[in-house]
Amino acid sequence: MSIFVDDTTKVVIQGLSPSGQGLYHGLRNRAYGTKVVAGTNPKRGGEVIEGIPVYASVQEAVAETGATASFTAVPPAGAPDAILEAARAGISFIVCITEFIPAQDEALVFNILRREHPGTRLLGPNCPGIISPGKCNIGITSGDIALTDGPVGLVSRSGTVFYQALYELTQNGIGQTTGVGIGGDPVPGTGFIDCLAAFEEDPETRAVMLIGEIGGSEEERAAQFIAQHMSKPVVSYIAGVTAPPGRKMGHAGAIISGSQGTAKAKMAALGDAGAIVAQNPTEAAELMVDVVKGLP
Amino acid sequence: MDLYEYQGKQYFARFDIPTSPGAVADTVDEAVARAEELGYPVTVKAQVKVGGRGKAGGIKIAGDAEEARRHADAILGLDIKGHVVRRLWIEKSSDIAKEYYASFTLDRAAKQHLCMVSAKGGVDIEEVAVTDPDAISRLHVDPTEGISATAAAGVVTSAGIDEEARAQAAEILVKLYECYVKGDCDLAEINPMILTPDGIVRALDAKVTLDDNAAFRHPEWEEFEGLEDMDPRDKLAKEKGLQYVGLDGFVGIIANGAGLGMSTCDVVEQVGGEPANFLDVGGGASAEVMANALEVINTDEKVKSIFINIFGGITRGEEVANGIVQALGRVQIDAPIVVRLDGTNAEEGRRILSEHESDRLVSVPTMMGAARKATELAGGVVKEAAAR
Repeated sequence: MSIFVDDTTKVVIQGLSPSGQGLYHGLRNRAYGTKVVAGTNPKRGGEVIEGIPVYASVQEAVAETGATASFTAVPPAGAPDAILEAARAGISFIVCITEFIPAQDEALVFNILRREHPGTRLLGPNCPGIISPGKCNIGITSGDIALTDGPVGLVSRSGTVFYQALYELTQNGIGQTTGVGIGGDPVPGTGFIDCLAAFEEDPETRAVMLIGEIGGSEEERAAQFIAQHMSKPVVSYIAGVTAPPGRKMGHAGAIISGSQGTAKAKMAALGDAGAIVAQNPTEAAELMVDVVKGLP
Repeated sequence: MDLYEYQGKQYFARFDIPTSPGAVADTVDEAVARAEELGYPVTVKAQVKVGGRGKAGGIKIAGDAEEARRHADAILGLDIKGHVVRRLWIEKSSDIAKEYYASFTLDRAAKQHLCMVSAKGGVDIEEVAVTDPDAISRLHVDPTEGISATAAAGVVTSAGIDEEARAQAAEILVKLYECYVKGDCDLAEINPMILTPDGIVRALDAKVTLDDNAAFRHPEWEEFEGLEDMDPRDKLAKEKGLQYVGLDGFVGIIANGAGLGMSTCDVVEQVGGEPANFLDVGGGASAEVMANALEVINTDEKVKSIFINIFGGITRGEEVANGIVQALGRVQIDAPIVVRLDGTNAEEGRRILSEHESDRLVSVPTMMGAARKATELAGGVVKEAAAR
């Protein structure tokens, strides 16, 4: 099994146009085998782009195609509305890869979803997306770096380290049930704990890899969850051991403020919680090889 | 983007938050002229984006023109924790009866806004948070609801703000929230918020951090640009649109993605090297982006080798390799370069690089191996790394 998506997931691409990012990634996702059933664009309702029927609204797309998930790459100014439109149309899983959304908008959208659309899960914004190898790929992950039929669930805040970790696992012959890139923004729709809980429930996932980075306290809270609720082994890696305090390291969320958010504190919390702590992505994959060998 | 105190106060003024009258001065003569206009006593305040100005001698009270001249002369050019003072804020001095603290910021764990108020203002609030946590009253604000006058009054009261100041403080708090939300701040902080002997509450300092992501809807922010006292490497990187953070080591680093950039710094240190910088070229790695990145790194004299760490996802390996090769044709690079290329079409990429390989350009297939090679070429001592 997989978490959040599977081979029945039907995807609508929001903001589909002949030249946009949505089409580029949507076609890649479709080529991977994802059921891309519709696109939306208020100005292009009724058109067909690369075989994808376009509707004026998400509501219409859902009514016509039964779409259950949406993918959006629209620019920051329009992304909050796109997310809320999908939620109102009854979409249960929204992947938003848009980067540079203002923090005020993110916080507002998160709280509107939490209050008014508890059945909708937002992944991102500013994330690589989700891949369940062989079943569904929504986002920008290159499908060929993932491996099917695996025992490992992967969750990562960083995008490129997400790819790196998927690839290193695959190189070592370890497949994945699902890989989730939650993104490095201050208010991600889906967090580590959401993914850990889902992996713990998923019978096919037998071990979990967690990739964190500096900033915030999500990893510390994940550590608490691991200690209290996870029966499955967790291998972790935190990027940014050498990062200086007070400087944003690319991601809006990746900043050490005061003594808060350092990689060392996060690694210590994860270690205390019983997770295996790696020093780099290569070592994380090697440690996972040992974990998988030891699985009953 | 952090604002200077005077910019923060100007920003506060847009939201009707009361501050003391004052003016900017860049020279001693200007400072005296502004002081004369305001009337004595005035406070001469260094404009730097770092805390601890007072202790460093960057804030002085002047009772007459002669004193104003002397203080302005002493403070202009003063080095405060590496920040050289180039601008002063001359402010009508305030009589202070009490000093309070008020701020709004995002609580990432709660995913809501956090209001903090304390009757113990004027000092480092992080220190108060550690030594006397009960002295700070906290209130979570749901962004879908905002802060009501009643809620503001409640937090002001529970913080122990003096009774005569409560109504004004609560009103300021509501305006500060407006400033924080509509003004797209990451942080809006008043420390101290003062009560004067004649019963007036106002902001004596302003600490405002704007959310750069919201610049698209704030054309007025342009006036805040261009005054930065930046590291020349940082400045060039900003002009080129690269995510760059200068560090102190000798291995220059270029990676795609923030996480991989940080991870690359970590790995270099683990094998005995020292990262000279963090540089994220983002998702793409075209010849132009690569050339820009190499140009920025090339201005750093401490760099003895360069480690380019690219994981091809959407960006294919051969595009990255061609980008690097073309960039090398455009920019004269002094330090030897180690490239680690992995992911989509990495083999083809490595083949292209191998055609241009020399003692100045080396391709190594793994991240750990490349980190060791870059450290070795920089003259560092290579350690056994954590990975086996």
